[in-house]
Amino acid sequence: MFVRGLKRKCFDGEEDIEGTLAGIKAIPSYNLQRQSLLDMSLVKLQLCHMLVEPNLCRSVLIANTVRQIQEEMTQDGTWQMINTQSTGQASLDRLVSTDILCRSSRDQAEEKHVPAYGTFNKDFESDQAQGGSETMSTASSVQVPRNLQNNMWEMENPQENKGNFQKSLDQIFETLENKSPNSVEDLFSEVDNSYYDLDTMLTGMMSNTKMGHCDSLETFSSPTNTASNSNCKSDLNDLDHIVEILVES
Amino acid sequence: ADIISTVEFNYAGDLLATGDKGGRVVIFQREQETKSRPLSRGEYNVYSTFQSHEPEFDYLKSLEIEEKINKIRWLPQQNAAHFLLSTNDKTIKLWKISERDKRAEGYNLKDEDGRVREPFRITELRVPTLKPMDLMVEASPRRIFANAHTYHINSISVNSDYATYLSADDLRINLWHLEVTNRSFNIVDIKPANMEELTEVITAAEFHPHECNTFVYSSSKGTIRLCDMRSAALCDQHSKFFEEPEDPSSRSFFSEIISSISDVKFSHSGRYMMTRDYLSVKVWDLNMENRPVETYQVHEYLRSKLCSLYENDCIFDKFECCWNGTDSTIMTGSYNNFFRTFERNTHRDTTLEASRESSKPRAILKPRKVCTSGKRKKDEINVDSLDFNKKILHTAWHPMENIIAVAATNNLYLFQEKVN
Repeated sequence: MFVRGLKRKCFDGEEDIEGTLAGIKAIPSYNLQRQSLLDMSLVKLQLCHMLVEPNLCRSVLIANTVRQIQEEMTQDGTWQMINTQSTGQASLDRLVSTDILCRSSRDQAEEKHVPAYGTFNKDFESDQAQGGSETMSTASSVQVPRNLQNNMWEMENPQENKGNFQKSLDQIFETLENKSPNSVEDLFSEVDNSYYDLDTMLTGMMSNTKMGHCDSLETFSSPTNTASNSNCKSDLNDLDHIVEILVES
Repeated sequence: ADIISTVEFNYAGDLLATGDKGGRVVIFQREQETKSRPLSRGEYNVYSTFQSHEPEFDYLKSLEIEEKINKIRWLPQQNAAHFLLSTNDKTIKLWKISERDKRAEGYNLKDEDGRVREPFRITELRVPTLKPMDLMVEASPRRIFANAHTYHINSISVNSDYATYLSADDLRINLWHLEVTNRSFNIVDIKPANMEELTEVITAAEFHPHECNTFVYSSSKGTIRLCDMRSAALCDQHSKFFEEPEDPSSRSFFSEIISSISDVKFSHSGRYMMTRDYLSVKVWDLNMENRPVETYQVHEYLRSKLCSLYENDCIFDKFECCWNGTDSTIMTGSYNNFFRTFERNTHRDTTLEASRESSKPRAILKPRKVCTSGKRKKDEINVDSLDFNKKILHTAWHPMENIIAVAATNNLYLFQEKVN
């Protein structure tokens, strides 16, 4: 982060954000930010589960943060469906700032520019298809099912994830408490393939959440193809799966 | 040199102890003012070095136990020797540091080099005499208090009765008698029956400086509980509960993490206590539980960087804080080798830097300033240029004079108020 002296374009860019669609940098989606924070936290929890001496205070604080996010996502889950209207800003630039997560909720309420998660996907979806900035109305027929899919994922996940997260969290604490060498070895011996998946997954996750958050989230959200979104989705499902494997020993 | 993990002056201020990540303790002693070396007043030189803790292996859990010294606390001096408590994650040790400057000579049964003399060679009895020798400082472990903590010890505190002390880990606090090593009393236990319900841990604990029945402990949720040992054997019920209501306008996902208290210290007077959380230092009046009486922002410019600091784990750094001898000034550390002092009466605060470049011997420290906007004035440093690997977590203030010890990673700096 600051060690590399990475310039944070995102913060500075905000002053310039006015006027034309072309000149606007993407105002980050709050939900996207929240999701990335959630991913980062889960990775941190996993890593400290794998460490020899987990710092209990740190684990508890991270777990509480995860719970908080999950609760909010559960509450927002249904709310997401309604908020599909475009704000009129095409996200040409994939840069996202983590600044928004650090701001107070009041500031965020005042931030009218925050596009919903669905809208964001709409945007890059349409750009992919038409290769340029498009108005939302023309692509709206295509977007709605997309939105629904996204929203459904978000909807189903709160219920599922609530169970998953809670279970994962609980089991992480249990295993933190009853840690024994055999269980860790058994874990990795039992699930050979998953181990390698975990490795690549963690590496993938780590590179997603590395320093220079702007760049990483750019990667996270960069639309290589329309399936990218489902890739993210499956990545996160894998994450849950792996967490379950790790803790069910 | 290893990373310094704790710094502590003794009650008289003539000794300064540091503990490091390698389990070593180094004690510095203040030079006496002498006619031959008038400039050496106030200088601290190495007095004793010893290995306090060694790395251990817990075979049952297959976990390594770090030898890093988490805390050192001095006992008040009662005879010629000095005593201190040092602790790592699991074991507390009482060390005796004594001087030897005389040696006995003329034993009857053994030679000068220690060999046993042949009986037939002993033809007369003599009384051994004491001869002076070069000063030797010896450190010997007198007590080892082990096997009482399942979790990592974060605090030890000597009681004002000078006979007992407490040790606190993440979930429990134990009371010990200095003479008894095979037994300790559990006085606080916040471990839930079901570990899945764990949401809060103990982060620091301290005895009241005058009332031997009173102690406080802080938590990861930003609360402080004051307990009275006279009320119950197990002090799970607090006598006082200190918590500042959260400001709803500044709530974020990081609110809880930055509210976690990393250090709690009573004032010398015993009337106030000070707590350090990630961004601020708060002074509490023991008589008022609902909010602190004073709040000082240490590095508010970091509030907009919390996500990045969470990413690189800096948000979990545990900064300590300390009072000066008269409780008029408080001090705490920050990043970029900066440390801050706050004068309570005048509300004046200073930012200073502990680094080789800015600390020539006898030179006066220049105040530093961090700027947040793009326009950087001369001598100011921009927030984005701060080095987050250079953190000052441990500082100590001499009990009577204005001498401060600042630990910057593996270097120890001693600063003194300029005397005209």
